[in-house]
Amino acid sequence: MIEYLTSRNFIILIIKIVVIFGGVMNVVGLLSWVERKMMARVQMRPGPTRVGPFGLLQPFADLLKFVFKEDVIPTNANTLLYIAAPIVSLVPAFLSFAVVPFGPELQVTDLSVGLLFIFAVTSLGVYGIALGGWASNSKYPLMGAMRSAAQMISYELSLTLSVVGVLMIANTLSLRELVISQQGTWLSVIPRWNIFLQPVAFVVYVISGTAETNRLPFDLAESEQELVAGWHTEYSSMKFLMFMMAEYANMIAVSSVATVLFLGGWNGPMFGPPLLQMILPTVWFVIKVGAFIFFYVLLRSTIPRFRYDQLMKFGWKVLLPLSLANIVVTSFIVAIS
Amino acid sequence: MIQLLFIFFAALAVGSAINVLIQKHVLYSALSLILMLTAMSVLFILLRADFLAVINVIVYAGAIMVLFTFVIMLLNLPADEDGADRLRWLKFIGIPLGLFLLFLIAVTLWNVEPLRTAQTPMVGSPQAIGKSLFNDYLLPFEATSLLILIALVGAVVFAKKDL
Repeated sequence: MIEYLTSRNFIILIIKIVVIFGGVMNVVGLLSWVERKMMARVQMRPGPTRVGPFGLLQPFADLLKFVFKEDVIPTNANTLLYIAAPIVSLVPAFLSFAVVPFGPELQVTDLSVGLLFIFAVTSLGVYGIALGGWASNSKYPLMGAMRSAAQMISYELSLTLSVVGVLMIANTLSLRELVISQQGTWLSVIPRWNIFLQPVAFVVYVISGTAETNRLPFDLAESEQELVAGWHTEYSSMKFLMFMMAEYANMIAVSSVATVLFLGGWNGPMFGPPLLQMILPTVWFVIKVGAFIFFYVLLRSTIPRFRYDQLMKFGWKVLLPLSLANIVVTSFIVAIS
Repeated sequence: MIQLLFIFFAALAVGSAINVLIQKHVLYSALSLILMLTAMSVLFILLRADFLAVINVIVYAGAIMVLFTFVIMLLNLPADEDGADRLRWLKFIGIPLGLFLLFLIAVTLWNVEPLRTAQTPMVGSPQAIGKSLFNDYLLPFEATSLLILIALVGAVVFAKKDL
């Protein structure tokens, strides 16, 4: 890792960071529009239409509203942790993009342990939710935080174990090499993506990823009907905005990792002039990530929430044995061939 | 640059480690411990042990400490005001034990060969660690996993007295 700090290509690195960070920041804003619009369409409502064409400027209006709102800190809250919690949840969410390969050249660093880095960083994100709920010093946030902490520990296990099969096939932890290992096709029709080799792992990963990002079938931490708004009930203004941004950034991060691991990353058909060929990999990557995000939004607008005991049983008694069995079977096959 | 990073994160690790001890509130102690573990991970990275650094964060900061904070929040303990009284006699054992630890650290530092890590950059890679775990240290590795299994079974027995 330290080679990057002393390299001569420091300026290129800075440009890459600015491009990726700025891109993700803007997509996070756009996502809030996509989610509202899509959910509205599923439920036969028009969704945001007033601000700009198709309501596209709605995120800017929301941003202005968040910035100019009064920032309330509850009297009995633990001020230090109350302020720190949104930062603690936002920073890890954006850190994981440091290793995501958006294209052959568009990657900040390619760590030899890139995938583990993402898991390490996202595992720290739970502190933002837990501290936010606890520091608010109020019963609904505390209950939301408790649920979230237990849920994230349970599902992180199956999330991490589900990718082991892929790692055994690709024999690397670097995200870039994982993408390169999926180049080419079988019988010149089917792309060599890991989803065809590891379908069980893919399903387990997508379900656990939904739970890790606290998205709807698993959003027990937030569950509006019982807990008002869960762990961010007391938050307002910019701090609330930071929590929302962290959620969307986590969603993009989980989708990106799924794309890299199972859908061949930036791989796709290459054609056209050299300039187009430079952009195409990133376009494929964005399309694949977008498909995941569409899936998440559709999931949110169609499936009701789990009960808490169902959630725990499902995580420990279905997903975890499934991912363990997947590891055993895959290691047998890898050892034989 | 690397030395500056080392000094900063070493100071952060030591400072937060001290903070773990002097904080009255349990949750602040736990959070300082998390800060210490992440700072230690950066030190691992500076020693080119990337894998260890990341695993350190995943296992300790990301899993074990989440459970710690979870329990602390669930019990919602008040700040510990008179806890020092119960441990008064420990001071007399603490001083000689601390001196002994300092002595051990001094002996270890005296015997370390300088710049050994910089010459072998691949020592911290997942492959190297995996090979040494399953070849040179197979018995300790398996014994440790057995120990963890025993602890797991023990925890289940404690939790469910009538199985």
